[in-house]
Amino acid sequence: MLAEQTHLRRRVRTSLAGFGAAGLFSLRVMALSPRVLIRPRLVIEQVYSLGSRSATLVGFAGLFVGLVLALQLYGVLGRFGATSSLGPVVSVAVLRELGPVIAALLYAGRAGTALASEIGLMRTTEQLSAMEMMAIDPVNRVVAPRFVGGVIAVPVLTLIFDFLAILGAWAVAVKMMGMDAGVFWGQMHTTVSFRDDFINGIIKSAVFGLAVNLIAVYEGFTSLSTADGVARATTRTVVISSLAVLIFDFMLTAFMFRGI
Amino acid sequence: MRRTFGLELGTGLFMLLGLGALFFLSTQATNFSGLGSGPGYTVTAAFNNVGGLKKGAAVELGGVRIGTVSRIRLDPKSLQAIVTLRIDKRYNEIPTDSSAGILTRGLLGDQYVGITPGGSLKSLKNGDTIHFTQSAIVLEKLIGQFLFNKASSGGNSHAKP
Repeated sequence: MLAEQTHLRRRVRTSLAGFGAAGLFSLRVMALSPRVLIRPRLVIEQVYSLGSRSATLVGFAGLFVGLVLALQLYGVLGRFGATSSLGPVVSVAVLRELGPVIAALLYAGRAGTALASEIGLMRTTEQLSAMEMMAIDPVNRVVAPRFVGGVIAVPVLTLIFDFLAILGAWAVAVKMMGMDAGVFWGQMHTTVSFRDDFINGIIKSAVFGLAVNLIAVYEGFTSLSTADGVARATTRTVVISSLAVLIFDFMLTAFMFRGI
Repeated sequence: MRRTFGLELGTGLFMLLGLGALFFLSTQATNFSGLGSGPGYTVTAAFNNVGGLKKGAAVELGGVRIGTVSRIRLDPKSLQAIVTLRIDKRYNEIPTDSSAGILTRGLLGDQYVGITPGGSLKSLKNGDTIHFTQSAIVLEKLIGQFLFNKASSGGNSHAKP
């Protein structure tokens, strides 16, 4: 009984300490982030490897989400004679929810893991310790540019996703089903709000970008310096950041779209 | 050198794609031009009952959208709902004696403000008030009335012979 209690107490204490360490690390990364402007080259490299190379995946995902949404909704809305609202429905769904969420989830899987395992491997091969020995702060030199690059990449990926999804919906509705192009674009133009739908979606994706990148960077940086440790850090990155994206999405939606 | 060139090209292309998407989404897919207090003028109209009218609802004349509902509030003195309509500046020749009504698109559709033009030679200007208004039709009231009439007339017909 007593042993169980101490065990429980220790577990609570370690998990609390873990939260504290993650919070402090996040603050440190964010405080050091403006300094990467001294070496923009490092950030550009990260935008390339985290953003540009995920663009194909995210873009294709967007295209097919748009295609499938339009295909499904064309049938369902057709039952009510409301195919004219196909454009707005797809556009609102993609801009508000699907774009930010799917782009962030795919980013976590495609780039977040790479981020975590790269930093984890640097830890394993003692590159980070070597930097510390040379009085170079690894958070400043390794972590901050990756974090900033990732934070820039996620909203851009979301924009690409949104764009291709709406293009996919257009292809199905107008080219395949023969809907009038004027109705498709016109309805979208009048009903979809720039501020309420589009800007809020981009704010969401910025928050997801912060969360996913912080989690990836933290997991990589604190991974155990073994092969197993790196593997675990990578897995934890995907699991935690996917959950974080979905939970944040609910909270932001509750906050932004109440009554809209 | 070759490698860094590829890197710059890739990053540039990526950012350009993002900017292109931003441009497309803001101009084509949303009402960017109607953002905030764009070009237009506002007029107010007092209604006894606005029903389910919401901010952002359409203002139409002859079936064409000419503006949006920018504000709905209750006048504490007259206890009427004051609806502020923002009308596009292209349509600046709406007669002052036009009437505004709250209409419903179809049986279950959303509500909008429909304007029926009057015959006056003077036209509405910024800050003017539309005096002739027709409140929203509340379907429940209508059904209630109908049932009540039916019941009372049914009772009469029973009593007559």
